[in-house]
Amino acid sequence: MEILSGLAKILLGNVLDVAPIAATLFGFQVFILRQPIPHPRRTLLGFLYVLVGLALFLEGLEAALFPLGKLMASQLTAPSFLYGSEAPPGVIRWRDYLWVYAFGAAIGFATTVAEPALIAVAMKAASVSGGTITAWGLRIAVAIGVAIGISLGTFRIVTGTPLHWFIIVGYVVVVIQTYFAPRVIVPLAYDSGGVTTSCVTVPLVAALGLGLSSTIPGRSPLLDGFGLIAFASLFPMMTVMGYAQLGQWQARRERRRRSDRAE
Amino acid sequence: MLRELLRSVLDSVRDLLPIVVVVGFFQVAVLHEPIPNLGDMVAGFLMVVAGLTLFLRGLEMGLFPIGEAMAYGFVARGSLPWLMIFSFLLGFGTTVAEPALIAIADEAAKAAAHGAVIATDPDALRKYALHLRLTVALSVGAAVVLGVIRILKGWPIHWFIIAGYIAVAIMTSFAPPWIIGIAYDSGGVTTSTVTVPLLTALGIGLAQTIRGRNPMIDGFGLIAFASLTPMVFVMAFGMLH
Repeated sequence: MEILSGLAKILLGNVLDVAPIAATLFGFQVFILRQPIPHPRRTLLGFLYVLVGLALFLEGLEAALFPLGKLMASQLTAPSFLYGSEAPPGVIRWRDYLWVYAFGAAIGFATTVAEPALIAVAMKAASVSGGTITAWGLRIAVAIGVAIGISLGTFRIVTGTPLHWFIIVGYVVVVIQTYFAPRVIVPLAYDSGGVTTSCVTVPLVAALGLGLSSTIPGRSPLLDGFGLIAFASLFPMMTVMGYAQLGQWQARRERRRRSDRAE
Repeated sequence: MLRELLRSVLDSVRDLLPIVVVVGFFQVAVLHEPIPNLGDMVAGFLMVVAGLTLFLRGLEMGLFPIGEAMAYGFVARGSLPWLMIFSFLLGFGTTVAEPALIAIADEAAKAAAHGAVIATDPDALRKYALHLRLTVALSVGAAVVLGVIRILKGWPIHWFIIAGYIAVAIMTSFAPPWIIGIAYDSGGVTTSTVTVPLLTALGIGLAQTIRGRNPMIDGFGLIAFASLTPMVFVMAFGMLH
């Protein structure tokens, strides 16, 4: 009974969450474009699905993904796991937390390679590029970017380095790469950062960061807990442009070799 | 119908599977520790799968067809002011409905209460989370308007991105430290399940409709704008707080 009333309350809140986009689309359809809504019954049913689905999803996050992220964080940083029976040292050594970085990289890579949004974009990009990049190569490039991002992000939480140093240096690298990368890949590379973090990955990764910052001594969730998602969106830009640059460089070398042979 | 539903279930499972595999591997091979409350967690996972499936199915049945048709058709018939208003509301509306942002805003509110930035009663938490989401939604609305103007004019994207980065760097030095992490994260969080398909449709639809535009170069980029402006807006939100 308690679960049901809780679910009803969430359902009501979700109506408000979905209201703006629904009002926008239907309002424009009916009042500005002056067209009837196609398949009204199907659309209404779709709305019901959205509301119930959102309620279930958010409840499920609270019950599974958030606790899982925090659990992994606390188990991977537990003194008994880090130091065994030895006494823990008084200071934090970043080398003690290698498994944390490995876990971050594995989660980043695995969730990104399987991301459906990315698969579609990768195939489209490969067909436009004229053979210098492949769909698989692009997916691997993005996945490596996310893996590096999350891994480095956990390293930052362990060491407590300010977030904006990494981000600003990252931006500078992105800007420099933009000048050298093939022009076609640039907007795609910029977008790939945002696209890759799906709504299942985000809660888990956020929980990992918050969990790490509350279990590692001397870190605070408020100051250090966030930032993993920012890292995960930044690094794919670099790896995607890097991958396109690599393809361009190889194509150029191939061409040069062929023209050498011709002479 | 049933087959479509099954396919959606498989899609959601595929989203979760990598997480289960990686966590399972670490539990078995590295940590050698049991997961407490495993039953609750499995139940939660099933709810995530069911919820995500229904949510995406519902979007595909109701919102996406209308939204995409509208995004494609708007340039041809709508006047410029209406296109701008539509773009803003599309960015705003999709962001408010974004599940990942709802979840993260709640976590941010908890962290803020824990760090004594706001009061710890549920009302204060709810208010903070809502304000945070509205700030992000406003910023995405603004980003889409800006992105649409860029597509119409054919301006190169990297000038905007570089200007945005400079704005982020400047804001960072003025913003209170407790907002910086969540501000940086909010950019990546907003561009997810609801926002990406509709914004991509808008961008590619515009680029296809206007003569002399390449959908590859001009169509993409709205997402990049939408992941940049939230950083600036959320830092401003932190400074005003």
